[in-house]
Amino acid sequence: MKLLCAVKRVVDYNVKIRVKADGSGVETANVKMSMNPFDEIAVEEAVRLKEAGKATEIVVVTVGPTSAQETLRTALAMGADRAILVQTDAEVQPLAVAKILKALAEKEQPQAVLLGKQAIDDDSNQTGQMLAALLGWPQGTFASKVVPGDGALTVTREIDGGLETVELKLPAVVTTDLRLNEPRYASLPNIMKAKKKPLETVTADSLGVDVTPRLTTLKVAEPPSRKAGVKVPDVAALVDRLKNEAKVI
Amino acid sequence: MTYTAPLRDIRFTLEEVAGIGAVAALPGYEEATEELRDSILDEAAKIAGEVLAPLNRVGDTQGAKWVDGNVTTPEGWSDAWNTLVEGGWNGLPFDAQWGGMGLPNVLNTAVQEMWHAANMAFALNPMLTQGAVNALQQFASDELKQTYLPRMVSGEWTGTMNLTEPQAGSDLAAIRSKAEPVGDGSYKVFGQKIFITYGDHDLTDNIVHLVLARLPDAPAGVKGISLFVVPKFLVNADGSIGARNDVSCVSLEHKLGIHASPTAVLSFGDQGGALGWLVGEPHNGLAYMFVMMNHARQSVGLQGLSIAERAYQQALSYARDRVQGTPAGWKGEGRTPIVNHPDVRRLLMGMKARIEAMRGILYTAAAAHDVRHHHADAEARAKAAVLEELLTPIAKGWSTEMGQDIASVGVQVHGGMGFIEETGAAQHLRDARITTIYEGTTAIQANDLVNRKLLRDKGAALTAYLAEVSRHAEELTASADANLQVLGRELALAAARTGEAAAWILANAGSPALAAGAAVPLLHAMGLVAGGHYLAIGARAALKRLAEGAADDGFLAAKPVTARFYAEHLLGQVEGYRSAVVNGTATVMALDDAQL
Repeated sequence: MKLLCAVKRVVDYNVKIRVKADGSGVETANVKMSMNPFDEIAVEEAVRLKEAGKATEIVVVTVGPTSAQETLRTALAMGADRAILVQTDAEVQPLAVAKILKALAEKEQPQAVLLGKQAIDDDSNQTGQMLAALLGWPQGTFASKVVPGDGALTVTREIDGGLETVELKLPAVVTTDLRLNEPRYASLPNIMKAKKKPLETVTADSLGVDVTPRLTTLKVAEPPSRKAGVKVPDVAALVDRLKNEAKVI
Repeated sequence: MTYTAPLRDIRFTLEEVAGIGAVAALPGYEEATEELRDSILDEAAKIAGEVLAPLNRVGDTQGAKWVDGNVTTPEGWSDAWNTLVEGGWNGLPFDAQWGGMGLPNVLNTAVQEMWHAANMAFALNPMLTQGAVNALQQFASDELKQTYLPRMVSGEWTGTMNLTEPQAGSDLAAIRSKAEPVGDGSYKVFGQKIFITYGDHDLTDNIVHLVLARLPDAPAGVKGISLFVVPKFLVNADGSIGARNDVSCVSLEHKLGIHASPTAVLSFGDQGGALGWLVGEPHNGLAYMFVMMNHARQSVGLQGLSIAERAYQQALSYARDRVQGTPAGWKGEGRTPIVNHPDVRRLLMGMKARIEAMRGILYTAAAAHDVRHHHADAEARAKAAVLEELLTPIAKGWSTEMGQDIASVGVQVHGGMGFIEETGAAQHLRDARITTIYEGTTAIQANDLVNRKLLRDKGAALTAYLAEVSRHAEELTASADANLQVLGRELALAAARTGEAAAWILANAGSPALAAGAAVPLLHAMGLVAGGHYLAIGARAALKRLAEGAADDGFLAAKPVTARFYAEHLLGQVEGYRSAVVNGTATVMALDDAQL
């Protein structure tokens, strides 16, 4: 089984996000970047499937600037076999990424595409679903367990009411949730080997995809700071404020 | 309190101060490209922050435990050790022949800095294992290397150094442990060793002790000490683990700090003799041990830096968070975080400036080690050897004295909360306290500086170093930048005053007691000057990057200001140390013992 993993380079989860002064986005200059943690889980799952003898090859792909190569090298150090950078300096939105991944899936012919359920920067939670729709493949989103079977994957999904188990006929798209696994630390020998693994750079144009954004960002702002608490004289006043002010009861 | 590896300053110091680019260009280090170095530092930072740092407090409260002769490490220690072994981290600087990665020592130093800062009690184990590998790699027979090195490089087995005995601390001439030849090439080792770091533990299948002992025909004193490999478990011919050797952990010490690091009393030969194998030539053990020790000295200096960095991060975070009072002239509304109080700021600046200075000294010494062993040109190798040897006692002595002080300042920033154990600032102070003692006290480092580095070559190396600093200071003074000008003037003065102190010691070389009394003040002066020198190199590099249009969020711009603070607030102390040497040395021994 050949696997395609999609990863995104995002601001590291430890970094305190700062909004640009002009409200056009978040500050990324001199900010530590790393692989989207949900995508890391997707790569880890792929590597485990390969180690278990269920997967034969792992191709990892990202869409972004030249510096996104670092993120691909991280995936290679974790155990992916080769990497593709779809290079662009433009803003790419989920639909464009899904179209790029569709084009690559058609070219690479993987049996499954694994990717994080969402990226921690824009929290869109759309790419996997759009990709499945564009390809016409079954999808297993928010996966917390993936078991390969005969021509199928059994995926346990994290849903509001609990867990739902679905069986997907291959080829399929799986988006990964936090509880699926705990990604490994890349070993030193694998970090060194990763440098020698093939990394191919292509453009969106060469894949025939137009990445022009369909959405316009109007404003990016810090969340409002929390207001100080107040003391109420009695229970009746508390109930009144919960009901009429906070509107929670 | 967490630890976030200061990757930007680590990278900056590696590149701009220690010159890792030039190291990576040396034969044998071709693989260490910037991209690879970045990936390695990133991953090490992750492990330090996510695996080792959370165990620091656990280790302090649980400590290592001795029960019926067996030593157990705190919860989580074993998994953390396995993370390092599985990741191949112990082998970073070693030859591929033994399973290592063959990467530069200076890169290993940056990784070790993160281990020590995250969890010093834990990091002692890989540190000593690497030191033992160094000694065996250089001096042991091929057979011993084949038996032990691959598994010590991987970290499957760990290494220890056994020098101290109850009557032989700093005075190794007093060692009594003995080794008797068995006749088949092995020896029976008898004796008791104390203060053996990670002398016993439950992390690995075997522990390889490097033990100093005397052969039956050994001359008295330091010229009669040999070095032996004594494994905890004997190793069968096929490499499998055999019978338990006659070495046992009699007890663990109860210590002020580094509670999780088992400090063992080891007894060799209670049941007829522990089997050991000679490393190198008979009676030459101390020289071999010094190879391990010089590595260990730089590593302990690194602990001084690491614990200072950890204490600084914690103090800074507290100072930004703790709201208390309003400083004089405060224009803002309400009360303010204490980071805005001028004296808290002065404390934090003193921490930051010295941390960056130490990083400069330590990384430069580590890079000199690489050049010394890898440069194609003999003259360049010799020059690097002189620099490394000069910087080693400074790196160890000064950085640990500063580390200890900075950990104490860290408590001060916290106020009363710092004195409470739950806050965590106190642990750094307790942990730091050992660093000025083990692997040679500050006085021993200072004696090394005076006797081996100053008097032996009649001041050549030290004078040349100070001349380079003075030349550099002149360039700074002549620069267009106001911060650099201040730095240049203060650095020139400090170098001149240190030169006067050194000249006084040289002039009084005939009275060794005088030199010994003046040694520690000279060490402090040299530390301050060297630190200022490397801060200045960093400040210039930062200004150059800014002039070239580098994007900056304040990191680069802070460099010249930090260096200026160091010049104004710290370099002036050199005058006091000069005075202590030149005017005050005779007074050190002026009182009769009975008058004390």
